[in-house]
Amino acid sequence: MSAYEARIEVGHRPGILDPQGGVIERALPALGYGNVSHVRVGKSIRLVVEAADEASARAEVEEMCRKLLANPVIEDYTIELLETV
Amino acid sequence: MSTKVGVVTFPGTNCEQDVAWAVKVLGGEAQLLWHADPTVGQSDAVVLAGGFAHGDYLRTGAIARFSPVMDAVAGFARAGGPVVGICNGFQILCEAGLLAGALQKNAGLKFRCQTVELRVETTTTVLTRKAEPGQILRIPINHFEGNFVCDEPTLKGLQENDQVVLRYVDNPNGSLDDIAGICSEGRNVVGLMPHPERAAEAILGSADGAVLLRSLL
Repeated sequence: MSAYEARIEVGHRPGILDPQGGVIERALPALGYGNVSHVRVGKSIRLVVEAADEASARAEVEEMCRKLLANPVIEDYTIELLETV
Repeated sequence: MSTKVGVVTFPGTNCEQDVAWAVKVLGGEAQLLWHADPTVGQSDAVVLAGGFAHGDYLRTGAIARFSPVMDAVAGFARAGGPVVGICNGFQILCEAGLLAGALQKNAGLKFRCQTVELRVETTTTVLTRKAEPGQILRIPINHFEGNFVCDEPTLKGLQENDQVVLRYVDNPNGSLDDIAGICSEGRNVVGLMPHPERAAEAILGSADGAVLLRSLL
């Protein structure tokens, strides 16, 4: 068994309104950053999972995302796995 | 014999006594159901009351849907039993997959606590069967995450199957298609953001919610 650190990013699905992203996007030009667009606010979740190999660790984290960590109706997720020593 | 309404209470639910009171005032019998209960007891109808179940950690309703009572609620709903989710209860029913869509942060990022006007869009549901089609009801809302969203095919399905139960006359939260409440395909599961129990007696400023709760009895 190895331990893997999963870095999960949960964000809004394309087309789903992101009110917080919108507020930040409107605030940044006030500080002089008029060149900013596409601001999206999401969540970052980190956890360590023990698994036989990277593929099974990824499969399990995928399942966690589908069942609990993200709501597929409004959210997308990406998973980054790092083997911990 | 009066109708027994089971009022589901999670840690963090805070409207269960208001719902129970309104049910009693309207002639029903209310019993509180704890989230860890494996059954809904002898309930003829089940209400998931508002509040902040399990602190609404992660997402509203995300943790609550795994409470033991939710398996019993799903079984009761599958058997055709009337199930109503009010506010946080609506969010929980969506997370549990008993209703379509999801509720996200209000478009204006404001917590909305005000009385709103709602239009009854269909009277063939367990919550509106005693109301008139097109009837306007004045009922309070009290939420930060009441902005109903779903994908295009789901919205089309809701519209075509007459599953939009209530619409806001003046949309307070950015909700898709002004939706304030929807029902399941079987029409026995209804979720709504407004709180009918807070408008169940004239002394509360409006008794317009009574017709909804009375539909359950």
